[in-house]
Amino acid sequence: MATKKARTLRDLARMKRALAPGHRACAGCPFPVILKILMSATDDPLVIANATGCMEVTSTIFPYTAWPVPWIHNAFENAAATISGVESAYKALKRRGKIKTEKEIKFIAIGGDGGTYDIGLQSLSGAIERGHDFLYILYNNEGYMNTGIQRSSATPMYASTTTSPAGKVIPGKLQWRKEITDIMIAHQAKYVAQASPSHWVDFMKKVQKALETKGPTFINVISPCQPGWNYPPDMSIELARLAVESKYWILYEYRSDANNGLGGYKINYRPRKEVSIVEFLKPQRRYRHILDRPELIKDIEDHIRRNWERLERLEKELPLEE
Amino acid sequence: MSRLDLIQGNEACALGAIKAGVRFFAGYPITPSSEIAEIMARELPKCDGIFIQMEDEMGSLAAAIGARLAGKKAMTATSGPGFSLMQEHIGFAVMAETPVVVVNVMRGGPSTGLPTMPSQGDIMQARWGTHGDHPAIAFAPKDINETFWFTVEAVNTSEKMRMPVFVLMDEVLSHMREPMEIPDQVQTWEAPPIENPESPFLPFKEGTEAFAPVPIFGQGYRFHITGLTHRPDGFPTNDPNEIERKMLRFIKKMEILQSEILDKNPDMHYEKVELEDADVVIVAIGSVARVAQAAVEDLRSQDIKAGLLRPKVVWPFPEKPLKEIDGNVQAVFVAEMNQGQMVYEVERILKKTPVHKINQFNGMLMFPSKIVEAVKSTLR
Repeated sequence: MATKKARTLRDLARMKRALAPGHRACAGCPFPVILKILMSATDDPLVIANATGCMEVTSTIFPYTAWPVPWIHNAFENAAATISGVESAYKALKRRGKIKTEKEIKFIAIGGDGGTYDIGLQSLSGAIERGHDFLYILYNNEGYMNTGIQRSSATPMYASTTTSPAGKVIPGKLQWRKEITDIMIAHQAKYVAQASPSHWVDFMKKVQKALETKGPTFINVISPCQPGWNYPPDMSIELARLAVESKYWILYEYRSDANNGLGGYKINYRPRKEVSIVEFLKPQRRYRHILDRPELIKDIEDHIRRNWERLERLEKELPLEE
Repeated sequence: MSRLDLIQGNEACALGAIKAGVRFFAGYPITPSSEIAEIMARELPKCDGIFIQMEDEMGSLAAAIGARLAGKKAMTATSGPGFSLMQEHIGFAVMAETPVVVVNVMRGGPSTGLPTMPSQGDIMQARWGTHGDHPAIAFAPKDINETFWFTVEAVNTSEKMRMPVFVLMDEVLSHMREPMEIPDQVQTWEAPPIENPESPFLPFKEGTEAFAPVPIFGQGYRFHITGLTHRPDGFPTNDPNEIERKMLRFIKKMEILQSEILDKNPDMHYEKVELEDADVVIVAIGSVARVAQAAVEDLRSQDIKAGLLRPKVVWPFPEKPLKEIDGNVQAVFVAEMNQGQMVYEVERILKKTPVHKINQFNGMLMFPSKIVEAVKSTLR
């Protein structure tokens, strides 16, 4: 695989393969950044299947497309099923010598959290079980933002959305986010990771590792949403950083073939100093109703601590050596 | 005390459902129907109701059916792609004879189509979308006031007929705002309770096709529910006589609906506008019916005697008023925001009158001038 090295933002800025200007993503939306990092990670030809969602809608308004690569949108629930067909047909054509290029074509499916955690989980599960050679990128903005900010099973506890509205009695959503990264690990996907656009070198390396790996791979990328999380539009990357620093969003990776098939975990980033979750919650108006409810904030802190401890134990027990 | 409010179609639909006694809503976000779910999420907890957001549309209707079988009046709302995903469960609700209301805010299709633009492309899907022989009931409101009241009627009719009922809106109707008097109370219909269930319990015995108790789980009788073709006791059967008996229940339901409800309240089934002396008749539903009404006025001002026949309940289709005009008018025009669906039904019923299609499927609401021109050029 032809990987590219970028260490500074200047390097990244020089990289040509990116979402073209003129797309209609909201001011401050980080997914164009996520896509730039994704597509800059390799020189290999890419084919991308995109589930219904704000990325699909805002990047392809007729007669324009912001995508520099072949791209297919099918429906909401089936990006992984669609890429399964594309990848299988490619393999068959290659076997019969009908693919002209010597280059290795890479297949990527991209979905938001609604199209991945909820309606698309079945199709993703099937594609990973069948073992197609593809990378699934989940850009996780923690809700159905395209249809007007409804809760998804990625929406965190106590966040207010239009279908989990915070009121006098109910403080927003009452369920924890489903840990889909664990679900992918349980599928024994070859390589599984969580990433953040704020730690873009880490994210790019993860994309490269995933694309180098034969078989199904999965990366869950946090993607703060200005209208959905309701914060000033210049704060998206900063919020992604605060999510990582507060351990709300853990950067880690997993390989199913490590430790003789027992699997291996690695936490890629350990915050050096403690950052309170309040710093992450405070700029977001979806949490404003809990800022004066210390017992609810403690719930979130406890949940974060449990997740971190669990992952540290897994890492200790099943370390991933590079 | 009623109150006057300026509300959106989606709001009218949600408020109508709550007034009609819906206390369970399971849904999934989809433009242009999402506001119905949002309002339900906000309002249902206030009246001890339950809102659940599901993982997809299949789950939404399945949960609504489950909730009704547990004793709560239930509803879901969606739009085209979601309506497609719900088809399997629509068939299940028919087979299990479970009341449930499915609102479909029609948008341009097929597939993802036009999420933010109107269409009437699902008229036939509402009739024949799920597989197998089955009855269908679909209301088609034309304004905000009707959206409220037709949703109330949909809930009541669904309860009376023990089957799913559709409300077909469109994107224009869902997002348009109009003033309406919201009543404090509406008339609802409650299924009679089951007293002293006999043994064996026969929830599908003859005479329970409509206006009958809806068995509820946990009431002390053995209630077996399945999507397999079943006997009066609810258990599956391969006996041809039993199969036919079950299938005839669907025909019976629609006969009862026609004779006991629609024939007694023709105003509920359809609206006639200036039909008495009409030479040409336009047939249209929903927001297109308003366009057609403007076209009728325009044509009349040009000395063309036009009239409008508007099905308010599009399934079952109002045959009687069409048969009445058959042979007595020069021509009938069917105006639809699709490539021609309702027109098949009109052509089927009319034997002596030429039928013409007026179709628009570009995502824009039809203008009255389109109908006026079509009528004039045909008459010429």
